[in-house]
Amino acid sequence: MTRPGAAVTVPAALFDAGLDAVLAEAARDTGGPALRAVPDGGPAVASDADGDGAGDGLELARAAASAVRDPELPMLTLADLGVLRSVAYAADGAVEVALTPTYSGCPALAEMRAETVRALHDAGFPEVRVVTVLDPPWSTDWISEAGRRALAAHHIAPPGPAPRPSGPVPLTLSPTRTAAPEVACPLCGSGRTEEISRFSATSCRALRRCLACREPFEHVKEI
Amino acid sequence: MSDEHLSASLAAGAEDGEGRWAFGTGFEDPLHGVDTTVPDGVDAGALAALCLALGDDALVGAQRLAQWTTDAPELEIELALANIGLDLLGQARLLYARTGQVDGTGRGEDDFAYWRDADAFRNVRLAELPRGDFAFSMARLLALSAWRLALFQRLAAAPDPVLAAIAAKGVKELAYHRQFAADWIVRLGDGTEESARRMQAGYDEAGPWLGELAADTSADALGGDAAGAAAELRQVWEETARAAGLTVGAYPAHPGAGRSGERTEHLAPLLEELQSVARAHPGAAW
Repeated sequence: MTRPGAAVTVPAALFDAGLDAVLAEAARDTGGPALRAVPDGGPAVASDADGDGAGDGLELARAAASAVRDPELPMLTLADLGVLRSVAYAADGAVEVALTPTYSGCPALAEMRAETVRALHDAGFPEVRVVTVLDPPWSTDWISEAGRRALAAHHIAPPGPAPRPSGPVPLTLSPTRTAAPEVACPLCGSGRTEEISRFSATSCRALRRCLACREPFEHVKEI
Repeated sequence: MSDEHLSASLAAGAEDGEGRWAFGTGFEDPLHGVDTTVPDGVDAGALAALCLALGDDALVGAQRLAQWTTDAPELEIELALANIGLDLLGQARLLYARTGQVDGTGRGEDDFAYWRDADAFRNVRLAELPRGDFAFSMARLLALSAWRLALFQRLAAAPDPVLAAIAAKGVKELAYHRQFAADWIVRLGDGTEESARRMQAGYDEAGPWLGELAADTSADALGGDAAGAAAELRQVWEETARAAGLTVGAYPAHPGAGRSGERTEHLAPLLEELQSVARAHPGAAW
């Protein structure tokens, strides 16, 4: 995030008349430095840092950690969701797993941590540490392709590209409630859908309805 | 994952001190495993004070939003307000954890949330005013989220990497909060005669408390550019009013500042409710 200047006026771009400019801005910023560390939207599970191959069991640890499921979106693994940031041996020989929270208040993080420790214990690693990584902040762009397919298969619309404004965050002042990105219905495929509420059963999901098949559905909102 | 499986995992976590799943006191450190050293050149006193103040804004604001639970105009609105409160609660937890690391006391989030009395809180007073009606709640949410978003955008470049990371994460959440409030203000202001009247009243009630936000310069010591954030708040406040057909008065600011420890009579009862279970059962976990 670049720091805005100390000017006392805010650029007019803060007030965005329409979505197009926001999307264009997001498209321009695609692949910004904060996200380049995670190519192709995949989770940044650390590769073998010392380059000595899989003989040290790290592959097994990585596989065990990668298979842990998200407690609130159980069709996704933590690797699919992009919250699993790295699996590595620490200096003291413990397996150190780095997780990043989706939202600051995500109540599932404690469960994810406990479940990760259990999975690694079951895989034969007695010394396990789970650490929290806050920077860079989690983005829905890190949800893997497999994860997106799993969401859609469970009738949850996967997120589009996350907005990455580099200056002031645009605020849309519109009298209608449909000022949200075009999202296809995960049931019938129609692009004619509208947002019911930007907040839903969990922090990460919005509630929408399809104007073609009339079914309500959830959408993992871009962040 | 079955519930039984999950319970076993959580119980195992509690035994070895690695974690505990509890809704009450006894949460584990939300900054667990984060590098917590304070970089050279960062004023630890100013950093702790800012983290505490921003944590208090979030905790008190979240508690007010929680008062809409079971009482919101629509189920969707109730979910939205609860989710917004949850985001703020998460931000408060991280900020309190950082405060306790930096101020040398080693206090944890529970100590800050449950074991301080009203006079030790440093939130802006707008956050502690009574819940009011939905229109006032939206006016207050717009002001607090627009200001906090502007501050957090600037603090994302703070010299303290932990505060910078908390801020960068918060920006994404606050953008949704601000948008939610602005959407409703425009809809109510641009709605029926009654909705416009009440939205104007909400704006007029919140307005005199904005001066306190604009006058707070505590973020400057951490690269926060308070004046820039205040200007952005002012612009959001006025532009939203214009889009909603509301007028913005030249309100005389209420004297004093929550950041200096001055409180309204409304904070103590709020805390009494928030803290009652923790104080009745110290150290309880389940």
